[in-house]
Amino acid sequence: MTVLAAIRPDSWNFPLFLHVLGAMILVGGLLTGASSLAFARGDARFLRLGYWSLLAVSLPGWVLMRAGAEWVASREGWTKEGVPSPTWLDLGTLIADLGGVILLVSLVVGGVGVYRLRAGKGSGLLKATLVLSTVLLAAYLVAVWAMSGKPD
Amino acid sequence: MSFDEWVLALHVLSAFAYVAGVVLFWMLIVAVRKIDTPEAIIRMEPIVKVGNAAVGIGAVGTILLGIWLAFALDGYAIWDGWIIAALVLWAVAGAVGQRTGAAYMRGMRKAKELDAQGQRGANAELLALNRTSNGVLLHALTSVVVLLILLDMIFKPGA
Repeated sequence: MTVLAAIRPDSWNFPLFLHVLGAMILVGGLLTGASSLAFARGDARFLRLGYWSLLAVSLPGWVLMRAGAEWVASREGWTKEGVPSPTWLDLGTLIADLGGVILLVSLVVGGVGVYRLRAGKGSGLLKATLVLSTVLLAAYLVAVWAMSGKPD
Repeated sequence: MSFDEWVLALHVLSAFAYVAGVVLFWMLIVAVRKIDTPEAIIRMEPIVKVGNAAVGIGAVGTILLGIWLAFALDGYAIWDGWIIAALVLWAVAGAVGQRTGAAYMRGMRKAKELDAQGQRGANAELLALNRTSNGVLLHALTSVVVLLILLDMIFKPGA
């Protein structure tokens, strides 16, 4: 039987805590955003709630997750030149960074959508934000699986 | 990936679901403070169900898979101090979380009553129920306990 959660040096714990906490906040914001946008049925209050969940919760969560990731990766020596990184780390980094770009796009699209909503021009762009946030939520759950299960 | 590695991944995913549910309820707590009409409260119900599902899956998944891992993995035992602390904190989070839910469901029930009576306008009593300070306090306490579980899981004091 292998010991899955190998003993870590204590100095890795705090950056890992920030990384995981940020990722949890990010996923929580995405779940709230996607749910609010999905069940809004055109109600401006819930469309705005969905957008603000992405902006005020997911975005700070992403920043904390990514900063924590770099910190813990440097502590573990993965950021040194010539050190090959494992597949789970490459997969997690790819999803995190690509997801960050998609999150920014969804925020810009959603921001324009909220502006148009105020002007009474419909909520079409916020539907695009819903699709993007749902895709992101699924992608980040795959990242969580990869980071915790650490497949070869 | 081995079976135990899958269990670990699902345990962590369950923890994410739990915290995502807690975050979702924070957003609803903030949003509901400005809502004073039955219709808007009732419209929140599907989002509340998503939060309940996330917390439910998270709570059951973390405890069952966590106990499995405590028995299956070398180096850990169910009687380790940090694991017992996690079990106690998990129970506290569940109990306090249920009371939080009860505090906010008063508003939902009132909204349904008003709606059934055909009263669809703003209602001061409904707004007061939605602004329950007891509910905010209980959810804050739940969040602190969940945060302590996360700290305990990562730092594993005494391990």
